Amino acid sequence: MTDIAANSRTASGVAALLHHARYVIGENSVTGLAFGLFAIILATAMLGPWVVPYDPLASNTAEALKAPSLAHLFGTDQLGRDIFSRVVAATQLDFTIAVSSVVLVFFMGGLAGVAAGFFGGWTDRIIGRIADTIMAFPLFVLAMGIVAALGNTVQNIVLATAIINFPLYARVARAEANVRREAGFVEAARLSGNSEWRILAFHILPNVFPILVVQMSLTMGYAILNAAGLSFIGLGVRPPTPEWGIMVAEGAANIISGEWWIAFFPGAALMLAVFCFNLLGDGLRDIVDPRRRT
Amino acid sequence: MSAAPALSVEGLCVEFRTRSGIVRALEDVSFGVGKGETIALVGESGSGKSVTAYAVMGILDPAGRITAGRAMLGDLDLIAATPRQLADVRGRQIAMIFQNPRTALNPIRPVGRQIADVLVRHRKLSHRQALTAAVDMLRAVGITDPARRAKTYPFEMSGGMCQRVMIAIALAARPSLLIADEPTTGLDVTTQAVIMDLIGELAEQLGMATIFITHDLALAGQRARRIIVMHAGHVVETAPTKELFANPRHPYTGELIAATPDSATNLNALASIPGSLPDLRRADLPPCRYSERCPRKTEHCAQPLPRADANAAHDVACWNPLPGQTAGARNASAA
Amino acid sequence: MLTIILKRAATVVPTLIGVIVVTFLLTRVLPGDPAVYFAGPAATPQSIAEIRKSLGLDQPLPEQFARYVDDLAHGNLGNSLATGRPVLAEITSRLPASAELTLFGLIIAVAIAIPLGILAAVKQGSWIDHTCRIVTTAGVSLPVFFTGLLLVYVFYFRLGWAPAPIGRLDVFFDAPPHVTGFYLIDSLIAGDFELFRAALSQLILPGATLAIFSLAPIARMTRASMLAVLASDYIRTARASGLSSYTVVVTYAFRNAMLPVITTLGMVFSFLLGANVLVEKVFAWPGIGSFAVEALIASDYAPVQGFVLTMAILYVALNLVIDILYGVVDPRVRLEA
Repeated sequence: MTDIAANSRTASGVAALLHHARYVIGENSVTGLAFGLFAIILATAMLGPWVVPYDPLASNTAEALKAPSLAHLFGTDQLGRDIFSRVVAATQLDFTIAVSSVVLVFFMGGLAGVAAGFFGGWTDRIIGRIADTIMAFPLFVLAMGIVAALGNTVQNIVLATAIINFPLYARVARAEANVRREAGFVEAARLSGNSEWRILAFHILPNVFPILVVQMSLTMGYAILNAAGLSFIGLGVRPPTPEWGIMVAEGAANIISGEWWIAFFPGAALMLAVFCFNLLGDGLRDIVDPRRRT
Repeated sequence: MSAAPALSVEGLCVEFRTRSGIVRALEDVSFGVGKGETIALVGESGSGKSVTAYAVMGILDPAGRITAGRAMLGDLDLIAATPRQLADVRGRQIAMIFQNPRTALNPIRPVGRQIADVLVRHRKLSHRQALTAAVDMLRAVGITDPARRAKTYPFEMSGGMCQRVMIAIALAARPSLLIADEPTTGLDVTTQAVIMDLIGELAEQLGMATIFITHDLALAGQRARRIIVMHAGHVVETAPTKELFANPRHPYTGELIAATPDSATNLNALASIPGSLPDLRRADLPPCRYSERCPRKTEHCAQPLPRADANAAHDVACWNPLPGQTAGARNASAA
Repeated sequence: MLTIILKRAATVVPTLIGVIVVTFLLTRVLPGDPAVYFAGPAATPQSIAEIRKSLGLDQPLPEQFARYVDDLAHGNLGNSLATGRPVLAEITSRLPASAELTLFGLIIAVAIAIPLGILAAVKQGSWIDHTCRIVTTAGVSLPVFFTGLLLVYVFYFRLGWAPAPIGRLDVFFDAPPHVTGFYLIDSLIAGDFELFRAALSQLILPGATLAIFSLAPIARMTRASMLAVLASDYIRTARASGLSSYTVVVTYAFRNAMLPVITTLGMVFSFLLGANVLVEKVFAWPGIGSFAVEALIASDYAPVQGFVLTMAILYVALNLVIDILYGVVDPRVRLEA
């Protein structure tokens, strides 16, 4: 009954994991860098709006279109707003979008997947059909369609991102649930009177989490790119809300006239964040399952 | 052994760099194969028999390095040869067949073409001539309806047929030496015998020397004229087959023979060899790598092993060999 | 071989049904009254009622669906509010622009990514391998519209090498006589080399943007696939037979390694078709992507629905082609039938 030992997260199990995590981070400087960067982004997201030098929404036409300087680190835009403050303030929104999308898809896709793998039969077939239908669309196009249909809000961007990532999470969760269907600890839970759904939610889903956590980090990066892309074409976030994608759109027209800083800094922030999440995903993969290293 | 050996390996040392340390896979391995002679390289898994073959052929894993030794194929030292020289010689003068013939063949290329590739490369035939000659090769290895079979793919063939194809590829350029690495593992017993017979016949026809690599001492006993016993990267005993079975001198050989079943053996009576292979990553490996599991160990066994004697018919690397009937043993027993 | 094609084509049918259902639902789940959306922002209550009647939005849902499918069968995707023209006509007239751009970008991407991936696998640990890894990691992180803007800034504004990003042709040129709709091909057919160069120079920056974007997954897959193949038993046999490096790497390894890369192309198309929309906006390219974006801004819903449906059908068709191609190339699949 190795399943019980392997799958239940005892206190010592968590401690061992953390110890291993610290080892891996120490070993590989790139992973350490990714974790450090993640911490910075998280801090910026949480504290940013309080420590910015200027009000992200305050316009000052006298100072419009100024190149980066000591007074305005990233320059100002067409309305004289300080770009540095806006980029920092936007971290909160983009980070929130990323995290919400990932949490939503984990529960949506994860639950659906484990249900499909656990119950089999019609549940499996229907969920499979839904996943296949979603995958029949080019992903960004489907996101456009969903946001256009449901309304131009941030919540719908999060929902659209979750929907288009649903098939991947469902598939992984389903495979894992299939394996664990007959595991010892599941039998034990059943015998102690747990309903099938409770077993699903509290026993199987938590065990699927470590495998999905790598994918979740990658999805965070993708979610930001998706949200930025949608905002770039006018869907989702509306001006004057600071968000990296929409700021790049606002600065796009000025590229031709040479005011590069308006689009550059939000774009660079985007790139940095996505890069960090991708590296983080690789690092997490090393921690969770070193056998799967690429 | 005849005057000019087909292959002469001297003092071969190979190590592998791994995450957990350096594995000293082969140490001072020496042996020879005469022209047209059939010998067997025998040992348990991990003894280094396949590594020896790969090192000689120059197809070691990138993590492996040959740190010392020579492998003389005629005038050419294979170890010191350039990649160019090696590629000319491989397939042409020295060839190899592997276990698991199904995976050892290109899955998306018709088998006739795979044989033809070797012919084009080494016999300088034109493409069309090579395809015709390939069909002849298939016939020679006993495949029925060779013209049709030449157009089929490995996944359409049985394991035995795939092994025949591999033999055809290896022998296409008429090499003077064939290395057969566990050629019958994975095949059913009837097919095993057939394949071994085939190799034997072809070797005789072509005057080709053969090295069988196997963990099966009984198989070696049936097919080889001389047997080389390996343990943990060392050659521990070399002898003509009959002599080896009648008069094993190295304790390990004795255990191997005792552990090898024949048709009359009662499985319960089979002995198993005590202990296990030493960890080859250790820096403190004793000079005799069998000593830690050897019941005949003495204090003398901490000394470096005696050097191999190329001229002795029956050579053993041991300070305390089993008492033998022949006087050919090169070292006096210390006990 | 025909049986393979027919069998694969048959599996596409349920997918298509799903696509049609989803696009139908997308316009019927609009919060509030769908008729308001189709009538447009400037509609009066009267025109809304008229639209509701004419589009059958007052009918029960299954009837609406039947009507929708019937419309599709007759090529009726509704009309664009902005131009008044049928959506299908707009899409077909703009499709060649998007197709030319996407194909151009893809060809460049493949021409760079595959050799890069092969070399990185063959010469592991070398500078080529490191370059490949950097390219693939960075390429995945770069937002495609950002790359486009950067390229415009560097090559147009700073260096002046590229023309202004204002579409397929500079104002001084007229489009070539329509044969395929691809300006590069049509200008050559018309023998007009000036025009060819002009069209090409407009294509370079947006094409490069798409190429950079799709480079990463292709190079990564090629490298991984080559590495796996090079470590396989049959490559060891090929080497042991003394075959030349060219034969081993190209005839034996590459052909086997390309199989997973072909299947990756399906995923790459998914990204490409999405990235197309963004690149068309940056470079003012008159394709179906920018058509959809303009419609979105104008709250013009029929074109958006038509766009999503067209892209989905296109994607399904592309995947089918890839599937069939794979089936033809891999004898294990081909001979199973």
